[in-house]
Amino acid sequence: MSEHVMSSKFYYTIWIVLLCLTVITAAVSFVDLGPFNTIVALVIATVKALLVILFFMHVKYTSERLTKIVIVSAIFWLLLLLGLSMADYATRFLS
Amino acid sequence: MSDSPIAVEQHGPEHLHHFADAEQQRDAASLGMWLFLATEIMFFGGMFLAYLVYRYWYYNEFAAGSRSLDISLGTINTAVLICSSLTVALGVRAAQMGNRKLLVILLLLTIVFGFAFLGIKGVEWYQKFEEHHIPGRSFNAGDLIKEYPQIHIDPQHEQIYFSLYFAMTGLHALHMIIGVGIFVFLTYHAWKGRYTPKYHTPIEIGGLYWHFVDIVWIYLFPLLYLIDRKPLR
Amino acid sequence: MATVAVSAEREHYLNKEYGIRSWLLTTDHKRIALLYLVSITFFFFIGGFFALLIRLELLTPAGDLVQADTYNKLFSMHGQVMIFFFLIPSIPAVLGNFLVPLMIGAKDLAFPRINLLSWYLLVIAGVIYIHCIATGGVDTGWTFYTPFSTAFSNTRVIEAGIAIFIVGFSSILTGLNFVVTIHRMRAPGMTWSRLPLFIWAHYATSIIQLLGTPVLAITLLLVVFERAFNLGIFDPTRGGDPLLFQHLFWFYSHPAVYIMILPAMAVESEVVACFTRKRIFGYNFVAMSSIAIAVFGFLVWAHHMFVAGISLYSALIFSILSYLVAVPSAIKVFNWTATMYKGSISFTTPMLYALGFIGLFTMGGLTGLFLSALGIDVHVHDTYFVIAHFHYIMVGGAVMGYLGGLHFWWPKISGRMYPEAWGRLAALLVFAGFNLTFFPQFILGYMGMPRRYWQYPPEFQVLNVLSTAGSTILAVGYVLPMVYFLWSMRYGKIASDNPWGAAGLEWKTSSPPPTFNFDETPEVTWEAYNYEEIPAPAEVPVER
Repeated sequence: MSEHVMSSKFYYTIWIVLLCLTVITAAVSFVDLGPFNTIVALVIATVKALLVILFFMHVKYTSERLTKIVIVSAIFWLLLLLGLSMADYATRFLS
Repeated sequence: MSDSPIAVEQHGPEHLHHFADAEQQRDAASLGMWLFLATEIMFFGGMFLAYLVYRYWYYNEFAAGSRSLDISLGTINTAVLICSSLTVALGVRAAQMGNRKLLVILLLLTIVFGFAFLGIKGVEWYQKFEEHHIPGRSFNAGDLIKEYPQIHIDPQHEQIYFSLYFAMTGLHALHMIIGVGIFVFLTYHAWKGRYTPKYHTPIEIGGLYWHFVDIVWIYLFPLLYLIDRKPLR
Repeated sequence: MATVAVSAEREHYLNKEYGIRSWLLTTDHKRIALLYLVSITFFFFIGGFFALLIRLELLTPAGDLVQADTYNKLFSMHGQVMIFFFLIPSIPAVLGNFLVPLMIGAKDLAFPRINLLSWYLLVIAGVIYIHCIATGGVDTGWTFYTPFSTAFSNTRVIEAGIAIFIVGFSSILTGLNFVVTIHRMRAPGMTWSRLPLFIWAHYATSIIQLLGTPVLAITLLLVVFERAFNLGIFDPTRGGDPLLFQHLFWFYSHPAVYIMILPAMAVESEVVACFTRKRIFGYNFVAMSSIAIAVFGFLVWAHHMFVAGISLYSALIFSILSYLVAVPSAIKVFNWTATMYKGSISFTTPMLYALGFIGLFTMGGLTGLFLSALGIDVHVHDTYFVIAHFHYIMVGGAVMGYLGGLHFWWPKISGRMYPEAWGRLAALLVFAGFNLTFFPQFILGYMGMPRRYWQYPPEFQVLNVLSTAGSTILAVGYVLPMVYFLWSMRYGKIASDNPWGAAGLEWKTSSPPPTFNFDETPEVTWEAYNYEEIPAPAEVPVER
């Protein structure tokens, strides 16, 4: 968290983008993209999350490297939980 | 009474006694809240694993369950939370600029959006109750089976989707309620003039928490509501 | 003896204020450490009482002391009380709380009120768990496996689950406090490479507490929801997977064992350095190995599930990873041993515990490697081999580390010396009693005696009798310190600032320390373990 005071116009811009992405993700779900529906939905969700983290939570403007390390580590640990568990589920009924 | 130099200084809330200076205190609070949010990621993460496993196993039932949710209410709720994140971010900015009145208004608006979200969520849950989609003895997936004859739906597996739906949205709602409580506390102190450009750390870290709860919903929305809305053949 | 004590005139954290409110509402990390000391000792004796009943039942092959259902409750609650209400808090909440600010030159932890909250969460959880015990207990095994815990057990599963959920948050908040404190509140000149290894190990422990415990929390919550609200997440009749519970449970509970051993390793480094009067060999390796243990510890959890039904391919992956996690622990053992080479060794009580730790932890760790081999695990899983393995680490390792640490820092905490002769006697009794209790269990497990069984074939009786005999000696060894520590608070020799001649900032302030730890904020210009600059004490203080 820095002392950088951002313009309210900037926040409003991010807000509009987030709302647009919400509408887009809902609308795209009605279009048949096969297996890409899930991927598109998750990508859009991740973009929205990044906008909130970087701009609303000020992570883009913080000088603290430790904050970024904490965020990346937490996400990595979550992926570890999901990934290593799926190593079991994805290979359970192979033979 | 010891006359060590340490014991004699007086400090305001921005510089508690055990810290070397206000900056150390601010940095500590910020790191503390980010670490707490990391624990929250792992906390929700357990349910995301359950979701991942069962969606992998029971895709049809997840798709049917997802379709039975009201997409308009879900989208509106997502928008409500995004608006609340905006008011939170603007609120932090108001605190940075020392604008007490604006800060209080924005905090109150955030609380209003929070209640709106919870209200809509309550309506959705009630809908599920009426449709007999609450897991347990009264559960009945007959409506879904009838609606989607082209895919095979096991009513027992369908209960797993709804169990996760209620667990995930329920826990999220609980975090919203706690968030609203925190913001009531912040609003009261803001109104009393406790926050200044020099000291508004509680607003910042309360804001971080609120944004986190928003981000969880940003993921819950597509995962629960948008699994498969393709037109049926 | 002259007890016109210096400590009575000088103000310190114990005599600054009197009265129950000054203790129950304290934010002083040192007082909170003592609050924890009292609480976890209480739970240690409850868990020990269950152990005593277990060992009494197992004196004879027949199930003749308690009924089978009761026996299930005994081993379940022994495990839960010992792990969640004793071992996991023990060193971090008592020694860590007391020492972390002192060792880094800070006045307190970053969040003193959250520190107090952590203690209250332990107490509240403890009260709930005691109520659970009193109203029927829990019989699911300490591991709460589904679907027995969710659908079939008739015991107080919800209450136990809620209690452990709450105490989990106590653990999370302690970890959070330590990480922020270590990052933000080190004294000027206290760089990362000058930190005592005690701090490195507690930092690693805190990482595990932060990232692992929330997964246990959500898992227990889902079990509670399933029982209370009939949700179907682990229910096989609705398509739920019992192994999902096990994945989620062990994702925390394996790293949890590193929460229990890393702090003991923290103590080990400090004690070995002091009573060898040398810098720990390979400081960087020992520091990094703590972090490595914390990280690798998260990669191995399914080795608890090798015979539960996971895929063979994932079993292979977890087996290999389990071998890897042994490497950083071995590095530590080699480095402590290398430290002792050509050192000037004193066999004080803390050093006796430390020496015992090295031997017993090594045995426990090596037998863990046996278990990581899939072929061996098929035979010894769920036998007494496993029980012996983890007790070697948790009791032979963690508890001895805790006791060694308590003795080492007792002068700092209380301002008094404990009686050294009794200390050594108790340490020897613990070591002897421990080995007699648990070594036979390796043999029993190898011979095929299953765990969690309340009766067994007669050919196993001799070893079981030996084990029970050992447990009585162990019990005496545990009670003795309680008695003489209490004795020493009134009659013990007054301790100087640094009776052991040890390195570390905590020894530069008085015994006991003033409330705000240092009269002036220290400025650190020396490396850790600068024993070449510290004169050895004229004699190792001995109290008759």
